Amino acid sequence: MSIVFKDRKGANFKNISFLQRISMFFIDHVRQMFASIGELYRTPLATIMTVAVLGISITLPGVLYILVKNTEAVTENWQKAAEISLFLKQDVTSAEANQLVTRLSLRPEIKEVKYISADDALQEFVLLSGLGDAIEYLETNPLPSVVTVSPTQRHATPRAAENLVMELKKEREVESGSVDIEWLERLNASMSFAKDIVYALSLLLLIAVVLIIGNTIRLNILNKRDEIVVMKLVGATDAFIHRPFLYTGFWYGLLGGVVAWFCITVLLVWLGFTLQKVFNTFNVELDITGLDISALVTMMLVSIIMGLLGSFLSVRKHVRSIEPE
Amino acid sequence: MIKFQDVSKTYPGGRQALRKVNFHLEQGEMAFLTGHSGAGKSTLLKLISIMERPTVGNVFINGHDLNDITRNQIAYIRRDIGMIFQNHHLLMTKTVFDNVALPLIIEGHSRKSIASRVMAALDMVGLKNKAENLPVTLAGGEQQRVGIARAVVNRPPLLLADEPTGNLDPELSLEIIRLFENFNQAGVSVLIATHDLGLIARMKYRTLTLKEGQMITDGLVSEDTEELYL
Repeated sequence: MSIVFKDRKGANFKNISFLQRISMFFIDHVRQMFASIGELYRTPLATIMTVAVLGISITLPGVLYILVKNTEAVTENWQKAAEISLFLKQDVTSAEANQLVTRLSLRPEIKEVKYISADDALQEFVLLSGLGDAIEYLETNPLPSVVTVSPTQRHATPRAAENLVMELKKEREVESGSVDIEWLERLNASMSFAKDIVYALSLLLLIAVVLIIGNTIRLNILNKRDEIVVMKLVGATDAFIHRPFLYTGFWYGLLGGVVAWFCITVLLVWLGFTLQKVFNTFNVELDITGLDISALVTMMLVSIIMGLLGSFLSVRKHVRSIEPE
Repeated sequence: MIKFQDVSKTYPGGRQALRKVNFHLEQGEMAFLTGHSGAGKSTLLKLISIMERPTVGNVFINGHDLNDITRNQIAYIRRDIGMIFQNHHLLMTKTVFDNVALPLIIEGHSRKSIASRVMAALDMVGLKNKAENLPVTLAGGEQQRVGIARAVVNRPPLLLADEPTGNLDPELSLEIIRLFENFNQAGVSVLIATHDLGLIARMKYRTLTLKEGQMITDGLVSEDTEELYL
């Protein structure tokens, strides 16, 4: 293509078909892609340092993400257990109580209703408290009959459960009701706080990654200053000069992602043992799930995009400023 | 081919490198551009290759006003101009072959076409057997000829040379100029900036003389103008 010499067929496009031109384009790109790998190979120390920094920067949010995800999986079971206890008035007969149970189980927001009579409750208390003999001395059973209500999953969130209790309290037979939601609220708040921390940390580290790659590419560009000047003198477009640096950024991102993957795997095995012990004290089975395919692909993509973004920002700024004099 | 119309160039800081320069280099013409160091020779060449923009006036290549060329189009203009520099501007870490191939790679030629064109260009400058050498292993005159091969490898219609014989002895200088003559005879327009007056006198080509940014003579150099210039 020539701007001032319309009849000049500068390049070889005269005798080359469109298809060949397209394939040339891809061959060119593949060639440059591997050429930039060669560049990285020739400066092993610098490459290893950059890739390591990158990998570690991505490892941290990666591990935190996995911890949050696993904790979430565990606490999900607890969330479902939200159970409402309705204490019945003393004068409610067991027939009336059964009527209440039937009425309640018809409500759409309730999954399961269980009636524990005052006598059953007392027996259970005797068994669990170990105060068997002492209880014998009581003249009357001080415990009320209880109806336990398990809300459906949709109504098991703290707020919904609380609303449900308010409504159920209006039932004639019910003296009082309670749902232990305070700890659930705390748990949910801590979880969302932990998630926010992971997001904020990830954001900061990703910004750091972009800056690190940008700076590395900047040094690469300055090292190749003479070469860039010559290329500009013989008619290279900015895009042509950018390309090898963009590929370098791509490789940094990819290799950084692989390093992060490796680090995360090692850390999970290591942390897994300790974590297992912690959870065992809570009587909770923990089956740590590592990176699944989608998380791994996401992490790789994020890493590569950060690499490309860092080098793009750097290249756009610095290649422009290098002009032949 | 190249036309300057009332071109002035003032650098930031106020130094006036060119004042109202007018000339027209015809297609297929070969000319020398001469004058003291700092007379504006390099500036004039830079305005043609758009390394600088004129402060006032217009530069035309083949009838196209370079003031209309945008920043992104500059690369394409330079592909039509073979440029040769006193300090060669070669890539010292690449072989002679790779250096000469650079303009073709940029233009997107196929591997086969690159190989044949590069060898043809190296043949023209007599360096066919040095293709795989690194430029540092070559003598000054040979390095200059690598630069020339690179400038002509994509067969541009216009050649610009800035002090191409700067560091060479008279015999090698003449050899280089003979190369330019060959290209000129093949129809390429050639503009050579040099302060090698002896060389110019021997060659009998049109000579443009700059003095303090002004074009003081345009034509064959005679004894008179030589005195004027000196």
